[in-house]
Amino acid sequence: MSLTPEQVHRVAHLARIELSEAEAHDTLCHLNEIFALIETMQAVDTQGVEPMAHAQDVAQRLRPDRVSETDQLEQRTTFQAVAPETEAGLYLVPKVIE
Amino acid sequence: MKQWEVVIGIETHAQLSTQSKIFSGSPTAFGAVPNVQANAVDIALPGVLPVLNRAAVECAIRFGLAVDAEIAPRSVFARKNYFYPDLPKGYQISQYELPVVIGGRLAIQVAETEKVVHLTRAHLEEDAGKSLHEELGPQFRGKSGIDLNRAGTPLLEIVSEPDMRSAAEAVAYARALHALVRWIGICDGNMQEGSFRCDANVSVRPRGRTAFGTRREIKNLNSFRFMQQAIDYEVQWQIATLEEGGHIEQATVLFDPLSGETRAMRSKEDAHDYRYFPDPDLLPLVIDQPWIDRVRLQMPVLPAAKRDQLVSDYGLSAYDARILTASLDSARYYEAVVAAAGSANAKLCANWVMVDLAARLNREDYDIGQSPVSAQQLGGLIARIGDGTISNSLAKKVFDALWNGEGESADEIIARQGLQQITDQDALETLIDEVVSANPAMVTEYRAGKEKAFNALIGQAMKATRGKANPQRISELLRRKLTSTS
Amino acid sequence: MIERNLTDLARALATKRISSVELTRLYLDRISRHNPQLNAFITVDPAASLAQARAADERLARGDGGPLTGIPLAHKDIFCAKDWLTTCGSKMLSNFVSPYDATVIARFKAAGAVLLGKTNMDEFAMGSSNETSFYGAVRNPWQPECVPGGSSGGSAAAVAARLAPAATGTDTGGSIRQPAALCGLTGMKPTYGVVSRYGMIAFASSLDQAGPLGRSAADCAILLNAMAGFDERDSTSLDRPTEDYSRAINTASGARPLAGLKIGLPAEFFGDGCHPEVMKQVDAALAEYRSLGADTVAIRLPNMSLSVAAYYVIAPAEASSNLARFDGVRYGHRASDYRDLDDMYCKTRAQGFGAEVKRRILIGTYVLSHGYYDAYYLQAQRIRRLIANDFVEAFRQCDVIAGPTSPSTAFRLGEKAADPVQMYLSDIYTIAVNLAGLPGISIPCGLAGELPVGLQLIGNYFDEARLLDVAHRYQQASDWHLKSPTGFGECSAT
Repeated sequence: MSLTPEQVHRVAHLARIELSEAEAHDTLCHLNEIFALIETMQAVDTQGVEPMAHAQDVAQRLRPDRVSETDQLEQRTTFQAVAPETEAGLYLVPKVIE
Repeated sequence: MKQWEVVIGIETHAQLSTQSKIFSGSPTAFGAVPNVQANAVDIALPGVLPVLNRAAVECAIRFGLAVDAEIAPRSVFARKNYFYPDLPKGYQISQYELPVVIGGRLAIQVAETEKVVHLTRAHLEEDAGKSLHEELGPQFRGKSGIDLNRAGTPLLEIVSEPDMRSAAEAVAYARALHALVRWIGICDGNMQEGSFRCDANVSVRPRGRTAFGTRREIKNLNSFRFMQQAIDYEVQWQIATLEEGGHIEQATVLFDPLSGETRAMRSKEDAHDYRYFPDPDLLPLVIDQPWIDRVRLQMPVLPAAKRDQLVSDYGLSAYDARILTASLDSARYYEAVVAAAGSANAKLCANWVMVDLAARLNREDYDIGQSPVSAQQLGGLIARIGDGTISNSLAKKVFDALWNGEGESADEIIARQGLQQITDQDALETLIDEVVSANPAMVTEYRAGKEKAFNALIGQAMKATRGKANPQRISELLRRKLTSTS
Repeated sequence: MIERNLTDLARALATKRISSVELTRLYLDRISRHNPQLNAFITVDPAASLAQARAADERLARGDGGPLTGIPLAHKDIFCAKDWLTTCGSKMLSNFVSPYDATVIARFKAAGAVLLGKTNMDEFAMGSSNETSFYGAVRNPWQPECVPGGSSGGSAAAVAARLAPAATGTDTGGSIRQPAALCGLTGMKPTYGVVSRYGMIAFASSLDQAGPLGRSAADCAILLNAMAGFDERDSTSLDRPTEDYSRAINTASGARPLAGLKIGLPAEFFGDGCHPEVMKQVDAALAEYRSLGADTVAIRLPNMSLSVAAYYVIAPAEASSNLARFDGVRYGHRASDYRDLDDMYCKTRAQGFGAEVKRRILIGTYVLSHGYYDAYYLQAQRIRRLIANDFVEAFRQCDVIAGPTSPSTAFRLGEKAADPVQMYLSDIYTIAVNLAGLPGISIPCGLAGELPVGLQLIGNYFDEARLLDVAHRYQQASDWHLKSPTGFGECSAT
């Protein structure tokens, strides 16, 4: 299997990563080599094998329904100190169009 | 219109009534200033991890039990990946292939017919934050402000089968679901604050065809009225489009309450590829039977069972029982009124709750839970009507006094204002003698066959008692008096 | 002082032969002298470190110090540390001063250890050579033209050059063990779930595990004692009884301390993929183990060869989603020019991520996308199960599994940088351990030419204490772990 340039562009947009044509070309070559490696597992018959999502077979632990935060305004100030753009406690982004 | 059949399925997002968020310890209260209810987990700082809130799971179990669904012994949280500024992680944690609640059913009532709507599933997920636009002021020109207070609020997404065939059925379903989630205490149902939001999937097909037409999804319907209007408009638009030879494209649409129209959202639906996969930060949610049994024991009697109970125990009509069980608060209030008034007065209690109290609450825009007249007070008042201490009309004055906080109990007000009915036979007869001798003209008219004059005499007698006599009794005594002295 | 192990350092601190401030200064001086050449550290903050050292000295003076109180440690820049720049080796986080502490950092703080600095790493831990860092490549102290391995290359280089007594790393596919091998150190990846992941910037959540990098198994045990333990903020953290990982190490033993131990040798680790010089040292180490009383048994891990393929589906898939939060909205890099929201995302992420990270995000996005999920992601998870089952089967026949950590010694800078697949294959012996979630350790077992060779030991779930003990017994009988690269001696510090 090999990827087409269109697929690379589609995936890059899904991942919100801008790719120039030159980058797309390089990426395509690398991805195809990597997918050749990945293809080796396609030949394996895994019928009836339960997919393994976690290393440990344990159940989700549940948290008691308690509020853990205290000084929330100070917390916001701390968090927003590292934000690219804020105003009146809001994170700013280019206008969202619905 | 006749040859088209409407098919509607509804997806509802019910915000669960927990103190803290579904995966973090931030509070869930509505209306705080921006971003103060968003902790490190909610704003998705690098390295943070989710831990599931037990209370949110318990809400899902309650719901599953209430709609007679299967509670999955093992369900899985998945990531729904997409970029949006109010989605801090770049994915929403939801349930996809294995939801916590499977199937279920909900009875709805449209006009006089009952119908069962089947549920597909209900799953737990987190809410996103909010994007705020123009309303922010000039410094925000060309920008949106992101408030993540709501991000991570627990939601139960309830998905119905496409079982509804009209806007009226859709609204009846939404209302029944709304009542149910409040009844079982998992959602406050506040639609203005977005605690209960519906999306309607609407399609039409020629009557008799089994295949579904192409559907359009109307997003974020936050009132029953808008739901009715939006579906009506959408149905009419789809039929018109098809009849003009056009075809429907699958789309997500928004309802504009000002124009009363639906319009497709500008973002491209076809670009979505959510890349769901099991969230590696969360392990499978395991719910064992003992937990389900414990939750079952804490469940209130459900609306349908409560209705049957009211009909069989108190002899109420099905209609009255349905009105009184519109909410758990209402049913509980009614039952407390009956407990105070005695079950012999159950029907009278129903009338008072549904008519007098409801009208007053309505006028003041109160919920029954906010009623200034407690169920015990109202029950005490009705008991006095029942035992003949006061007349129904005077009871309304006592009710007003209770409403205005002029007394602790009906008895206290009745005693203070001297409102007991005059039941003393001699006193009533003396009073009637006086009325008869003071109104000779009316007596003459009555004897001439004018029944109207008789009513006027009763009026005079009631006036003389300042309403404290039983009109029925006065009427009897007066007629006997006039007959005996003729 | 710089040749001492952690136990001796703790004793020196407890007996006031040296203060924590003096010890911290000593290492800070060494960092300022040697780091320009090695590039092992991204951030050093002497004032902050010395403040912690002073606090440790007060604590030691009060007599309530523990085994790590006052000891300076270097942490991989993947751990969020409050008020420290935490970059994860990426331009994306080049301006991110963390507002909170990772659990691992908090635990070391509670133990009274001093944060000496944040070490360089492959960007978002994606790499096996430390060449993908936005902060530039790290050089191997043994041979500056060679890589230190990755992704915890900065930590490994720092400890090897004795710029820190010990350090932390993280291991998603070999990122502790491989640099340990390439730098002549002992490095352990614990069982998945033993060390909290809270505050450790996620690469592949179901594989990532933090662990110690030190100069001996005994030192690693001391670090692991501080790092391991249940954390209610990490759903995958396991609630188990506390263990003392040093206990077995501290018990005395006879001439054949490993009598009865069965070491499994998987045929798949001893094929022709491994460099003969590396294999020679591994064979010598196994001979040493036999003389310590261990038996070796031949075993099979039949699905091992599929581990790289499965890993390069699962890890990028999880990473593509984990790295979606880096969108320029709440923290980190944001592009300066953009047309609209979508353009801001695309440019921010194109500029903020390096080539390898982008490559893996694209792979991950692709394998999860509509129509490919079953063929790639689910298939990889099924293969993962087969690999884990192989280990279950193997541990029926042996107590630990041994083999080379890496098929070669440290390779030259740039040698594999242009060939991702060759780079990926350098983790061929370590990846399966992450897929299964098992503990693994790499210990120095010789030199090939002038470069260190690592022996990998793999244990059953939660068998860290035994693994550390098995490593320790070898280190009592050999001195490979005491060898140091030249040019970083104590005298050069004066």
